[in-house]
Amino acid sequence: MTSLAFAAALRDERHGRLDMLPYARALDLRFDQDDNEVRLIMPFAIGLVGAPGRLHGGALAGLLEIAGLAAVIVAQPDAERMPRIRPVTVTVDFMREGSPLDTMAAAEVTRLGRRIVNVSSRAWQYDRSRPIAAANINFLLDWPDAR
Amino acid sequence: MTGDGVAGPAVDAAAQAAARQKRFLQRFMDGVPHLRLMGIGYRDHGKDWAELEMPFAERQLADPDYGIIASGAIFTLLDNCAGFAVLVARGEMIPYATLDMRVDYLRGPAMRATVIGHAECYRITRQIAFVRGVAHDGDLANPIANMAGTFMFTTPPAAAPAAPAA
Repeated sequence: MTSLAFAAALRDERHGRLDMLPYARALDLRFDQDDNEVRLIMPFAIGLVGAPGRLHGGALAGLLEIAGLAAVIVAQPDAERMPRIRPVTVTVDFMREGSPLDTMAAAEVTRLGRRIVNVSSRAWQYDRSRPIAAANINFLLDWPDAR
Repeated sequence: MTGDGVAGPAVDAAAQAAARQKRFLQRFMDGVPHLRLMGIGYRDHGKDWAELEMPFAERQLADPDYGIIASGAIFTLLDNCAGFAVLVARGEMIPYATLDMRVDYLRGPAMRATVIGHAECYRITRQIAFVRGVAHDGDLANPIANMAGTFMFTTPPAAAPAAPAA
């Protein structure tokens, strides 16, 4: 299961690529973590462009969702036992245009439930205090049959 | 010159114009790099609505084991579809930006399905356009995602011709 492969990478490595998710590989996503958070990096590439000279909002939303997924995974108490994690609702505010630059994203779990996890995710470029997009995401967790 | 029936020429001309327009729009979308990356293309449009389609491709998957399409890919489809609906409702190609957008993921699409985005611009003002829409995998009445979004025109509207005061 992908969230297991993703969880293993987040457990074992400080930084790396997210090639275990084909969509994240298409966006060329990497991760970098310290004791506080997991940051995702989406290097600029032509394939991310929507309107001329601007990142496509959909690529930013995809980045925000995967940053949210990473936050949900590292918040789980047992890295060996992962639920299936899916977003149910995603609300994205686009605050500034995405320039043709590398984009970073990190998310914070605002409430960790067993079935629902509420997450706040934000993306920035050169200046973290100037987010370009932010998302509120509610994830639903499907646990393997209770044992 | 064509035209071997009474209604022929007019029908042919309309069909040809529609086909030309579709080719033009498809070429336009092929020129948008992120749409090309995700394999998103033009499908159809009307006065205030638009449809795009995203044939299945490996790179859309979030979970290859379950064949689950990344919600981000569906978000991209709906974002662009909604923006396109704004442009057809507005009747001109002008720059716009997504202000905010919400997507509810109702269920997973069928394995390897082509995902279709359908969005309708139901209200448009000088600066803001309001859009609602769905993504489905063949049946509009059985959507896989629901969206609502607002879009902003990024160039100030040209000064309206001085209207007679009402």
